[in-house]
Amino acid sequence: MSSPEYYRFKPWNIGRFVIWAGFALVLIVAPWLFRSSLALTMLSQMGYLIIICLSYNILLGQGGMLSFGHAVYTGLGAFVAVHAMNLAAAKGGVPIPLVLIPLVGGLAGLFFAILLGYVTTKKSGTTFAMITLGIGELVAAMSLMFPGFFGGEGGVTTNRTYGKLFDWTFGPQIQVYYLIAVYCFICTALMFAFTGTPLGRMLNAVRDNPERVEFIGYNTQRVRYLGFIIAGFFAGIGGSLAAINFEIVNASDSLSGVRSGGYLLFTFLGGATFFFGPMIGAVLLVLASVLLSELTKAWLLYLGLVFLFMVMYAPGGVASLIMMNLRVAKFGKFKRFWGLYGALIVTGAIVVLAAAALVEMVYHIQLNSALGSTLTFLGIELDTASATSWAGAAVVLVIGIALVEVVRRRFARVWGRAQEEIEAEVKRMETA
Amino acid sequence: MEFFAISLLNGLSYGLLLFMLSSGLTLIFSMMGVLNFAHTSFYMLGAYFAYTISGVVGFWPALVISPLVVFVLGALFERYSLRRVHKFGHVPELLVTFGLSYLILELVQLVWGRATVPYGLPEQLQGPLFSLYGTQFPKSRSFIMLLALLMLLSVWLLLTRTRIGLVIQAALTHPETVEALGHNVPRVFMLVFGGGAALAALAGVIGGNTYVTEPAMAGAVGSIVFVVVVVGGMGSLAGAFLASLLIGVLQTFAVAIDQSLATGLQALGVTVTDQTFGHELLQLSVAQIAPILPYLLLVLILIFRPKGLLGKREG
Repeated sequence: MSSPEYYRFKPWNIGRFVIWAGFALVLIVAPWLFRSSLALTMLSQMGYLIIICLSYNILLGQGGMLSFGHAVYTGLGAFVAVHAMNLAAAKGGVPIPLVLIPLVGGLAGLFFAILLGYVTTKKSGTTFAMITLGIGELVAAMSLMFPGFFGGEGGVTTNRTYGKLFDWTFGPQIQVYYLIAVYCFICTALMFAFTGTPLGRMLNAVRDNPERVEFIGYNTQRVRYLGFIIAGFFAGIGGSLAAINFEIVNASDSLSGVRSGGYLLFTFLGGATFFFGPMIGAVLLVLASVLLSELTKAWLLYLGLVFLFMVMYAPGGVASLIMMNLRVAKFGKFKRFWGLYGALIVTGAIVVLAAAALVEMVYHIQLNSALGSTLTFLGIELDTASATSWAGAAVVLVIGIALVEVVRRRFARVWGRAQEEIEAEVKRMETA
Repeated sequence: MEFFAISLLNGLSYGLLLFMLSSGLTLIFSMMGVLNFAHTSFYMLGAYFAYTISGVVGFWPALVISPLVVFVLGALFERYSLRRVHKFGHVPELLVTFGLSYLILELVQLVWGRATVPYGLPEQLQGPLFSLYGTQFPKSRSFIMLLALLMLLSVWLLLTRTRIGLVIQAALTHPETVEALGHNVPRVFMLVFGGGAALAALAGVIGGNTYVTEPAMAGAVGSIVFVVVVVGGMGSLAGAFLASLLIGVLQTFAVAIDQSLATGLQALGVTVTDQTFGHELLQLSVAQIAPILPYLLLVLILIFRPKGLLGKREG
């Protein structure tokens, strides 16, 4: 894991101030830039998913704990939040204002993380992964046994407009968005602050070299446990914001292993080695599950392929790709890559389009064959019954792959040279 | 008595099927330290390939061909994907198999559709083998038991009595030395991964038609198999055998018992009504909690014996 470099200005850390102010500004103006109701829904989802993915990264990125059961804590937080809302709305109930409901959910996440985390964090590494999987299945299966609390197949519904804060009823989506945005900003700031605390640092140490940490006198299991509890707290906040957003929680969906897998997938795609990586992942998750799933039936296939290639070729995720290019740009060597990136994008697009045409034709045969053999793919008429369509797509694919390979080799050469020059420059600066 | 004998037999056959799955997983894990998340996807592939192949040449050739095809696929995956990721550490290795499980699921749905496929038993395996106290025990389940035991025997013989088995065992503990002696250790790993996948596929060939062949079949057994591996002790083949049987029998018995704490209390003279505190918990029957029993066992094992039943050391 490369160590990040900070620009430090004393006594004020201006660079950091600018970044956080920018983040707040983006959260504030985003709903004015994207005005449609679909965009607003997506922005709200991104808001709480950022919290969830960041909380997941406390486990994966900071603690090196690969969890397959994060949905347990988001889901249980959501259920408790929904029941708290219904309780607050009932006559003579506990008066909890809606703005504090996420905290209730967070405390629920904290509680369940304390309860289940004790068993889970007994082991690390691969065994940890399997235990989280087992606990996830345990909770998911149990939720069907207690329909009184989990609402069975139908789930539990609620109404978020039970109380007012000044003029805000939280009925309109825009008000919910701002509630989520405020929580998103605060939680992100808190989680970033956590990375600098002694506990956050110890968590990194336990990830990198548990034996040595034990020699110094720390209990690695307790460090993992504490990290797990904090992750559970933020997961609960994220889950209850989701519950406020949708006003319904369903056990078979929000506690499922598929959900946990999704968090893992996108946190990794965004980049687990950098703090801001999971935020990119959360945005990608919404874009993929809302837009891509509208566009094509085969989106899970594409997602699986992208994930596989990402693990194989860029295990630091999107964030690491960005940081690598920033490093090149910082040393003023980015100019030579413009053409190469252009060529990569063009040739890559050819491959992706040709492959997508083939996949879409296969899906068409499998799912919509009753509608006839023709389908429109990006305005082109394809016929699954004719050999021309298949052969055409296949030929384009082969040519595309060949072109990509040519560009890739050249790119790798130039990239390697640039990195060597940077290394040399860094060394020179160190000795000077 | 009748209930006991039949449930025991059913439990044993299910447990042995679980063992066929977990043995491959354990083998790969103990050799390479890789937890193959896509293991049950290979199980599913085995079933689907067998369905297609048996439509062409019949069930018995499919029993051999399907695992061989999956063996090749597994070896290719190891060679071109897993080996590349190996240098990044264990977490990316796990992740790459996780991604593969997504991919295989989508591809299976793409090729064979989302519904159940009509993969039936061959004539020789239809019908009962014998009947016990008037209840019949099907041939297919006996065949699973036979095959699992044969597999256990042959894997054991292969590992302990052949040259390649000795190389595998040596590569497990001393890969550098084995490499220095002129053996191609990466190729051994590739063969082991393919072999583990083939064992899963073999389980799929007979599990697919005894139970049901559908895209959800990988997920259905997936987490149970991981429970088996943890409960038995990571990397212990004998432990996996014991844990498979234990979980198989436990689950089969639990499904058939329609008793709850409430009926138990009733026998003691305490009546549980809807007003009693915690009646939801008390009125749950054993059959209802059967699906979570393996996971409860997992939690208990982790609390009281963290290294697993026959695990060698703490991980």
